[in-house]
Amino acid sequence: MADGPALPVRTAPARDPLQEPAWVRWSLIAVAASIMLLIVVMPLLMLLGAAFGSGLKVWFAAVSEPHTIDALKLTLLTAAIVVPVNAICGVFTAWAVTRFEFRGKRTLMALIDLPFAVSPVVAGLCLVLLFSPTHGYFADLLNHYDIKILFATPGIVLATMFVTFPFVVRELIPLMEQQGSDEELAARSLGANAWTMFFRVTLPNIKWGLLYGVLLCSARAMGEFGAVTVVSGNVMGQTNTLSLHVEVLYKQMGGEAAAAFAVASLLAGLALVTLVVKIWLEARHGDALARSHRRH
Amino acid sequence: MSEQVLTLPTSATRWRRPLPGLGLGLGLGLTWLGLIVLLPLAALILRSGGLGFAGWLRAISDPRVIASLKVSFGAAFVAAIVALVFGAVIAWVLVRYRFPGRRLMDAMVDLPFALPTAVAGITLAAIYDQNGWVGQWLQPFGIQLVNNVTGIVIALIFIGLPFAVRTVQPVLETLGREQEEAAISLGASRLTALRRVILPELLPALLTGFSLAFARGLGEFGSVIFIAGNLPMKTEIAPLLITIRLEEDGGVTAAIVLATLLLLMSFACLVAINAASTLFAHGNRRDG
Repeated sequence: MADGPALPVRTAPARDPLQEPAWVRWSLIAVAASIMLLIVVMPLLMLLGAAFGSGLKVWFAAVSEPHTIDALKLTLLTAAIVVPVNAICGVFTAWAVTRFEFRGKRTLMALIDLPFAVSPVVAGLCLVLLFSPTHGYFADLLNHYDIKILFATPGIVLATMFVTFPFVVRELIPLMEQQGSDEELAARSLGANAWTMFFRVTLPNIKWGLLYGVLLCSARAMGEFGAVTVVSGNVMGQTNTLSLHVEVLYKQMGGEAAAAFAVASLLAGLALVTLVVKIWLEARHGDALARSHRRH
Repeated sequence: MSEQVLTLPTSATRWRRPLPGLGLGLGLGLTWLGLIVLLPLAALILRSGGLGFAGWLRAISDPRVIASLKVSFGAAFVAAIVALVFGAVIAWVLVRYRFPGRRLMDAMVDLPFALPTAVAGITLAAIYDQNGWVGQWLQPFGIQLVNNVTGIVIALIFIGLPFAVRTVQPVLETLGREQEEAAISLGASRLTALRRVILPELLPALLTGFSLAFARGLGEFGSVIFIAGNLPMKTEIAPLLITIRLEEDGGVTAAIVLATLLLLMSFACLVAINAASTLFAHGNRRDG
């Protein structure tokens, strides 16, 4: 007993009794890797192959074609309207929800989550029921003033806003709850007025979380398909977003459509940039993000 | 709707906080929520109520409507289960093991969130097609993965996978070693410890992951329509039938009925998620 090895010191979680035998470990890793490869990685590789397989010239021709440019413009315009609205309203709503107690708060938070669960197609249909010039609730009003919402840019903006509604506010609520209001109360007690407090204390505290939410919101806003399909009417050059344009090109030429994949690669590039910035934010400013950010 | 439920705090009910902006924040928030989300949803509910019993009956007695609902529910259910199993394995591997490429795998899990659904749709269709990277190897065996329900399930697994991983992963990360060690030191085998100690802790997260994946799969449109073949009565999902009916004369009724049913299902999933997270909160409190 005396010459036995010293009792192992419990260091930080290392291997020992909770670790499976190596063959179990490595087979599980292999299974996980195969799933990821088959379902997630391969689509990306295939997309890049199909988009650039015929050379950069073909890719560039497809991407710089006038209809594609129009679609890109509409997509960017939509995002430029949707993201700021959802971000600004999201900040104020998160402020009210996290800094005050009021009855119905839980209901309000549940309603904020609602668009995550509603099918984008259903969201589009709801807008049709409101704004259709023939059978919508506002048909008379719209026809009287000759306003076009459906099959025009406003419809696309509204549909996208519905679908991306929760992204920013959902990121901010847990973050601001975690941070508490001590610093803001201190600022107030030192005589800062409301806006000084907001710009000097609140905003700097939430900026990384806000950026995170804005990032996810923009990515979804530019890639949205289902809701936009219903309200757009697919008028080339007018109500065609990039996502819709991918479908148009794909349907024209089927699986051989290099042009469809080229345009799709633009959207995929966007998604990859989003992912990289997201990873950077999580790694670099993880402590300034909400703990529950992984959920969406 | 909800505006009636909300009442501002009076000085009698709660002590006043010296922070400004409740009126502005709540006012802006409610206007935004009301105009962008609640007004459109109210339109659907009103129209759906206005159809009356006869209208509903007529819409529901259309075999194509029933078939599309069956396809949607069945595919979303199967895909959510598969995504949950796959997701649990991936989350386990990511949390418990260290191996080269782990961080890359962790990062790639979010790709289906970020990739626009239409892009996912055309690429998945191209891969699993009979000439595709995967499809060509199965073609000689007579296995076809696209233009049938399998294709729909594949697309929905892609969509649901990150939900499953990202709900299970954080719970696995916070799971203490003590109980597991205790179980093993008391003579439990690895599998028993997994079944009796880890699984119960994981259950609420698994339920949440399932509900999220199921809800998302039920309403998914972009990634499915390219791979499904969209044969009426066979591989036509409910959201697609909504868009088809909407373009037909007098098809709005069917579209409204289908959308209402999908919406009700979404509500049910939200309720299930909330119930699961409450369950989870209680479970955590018990451990201290």
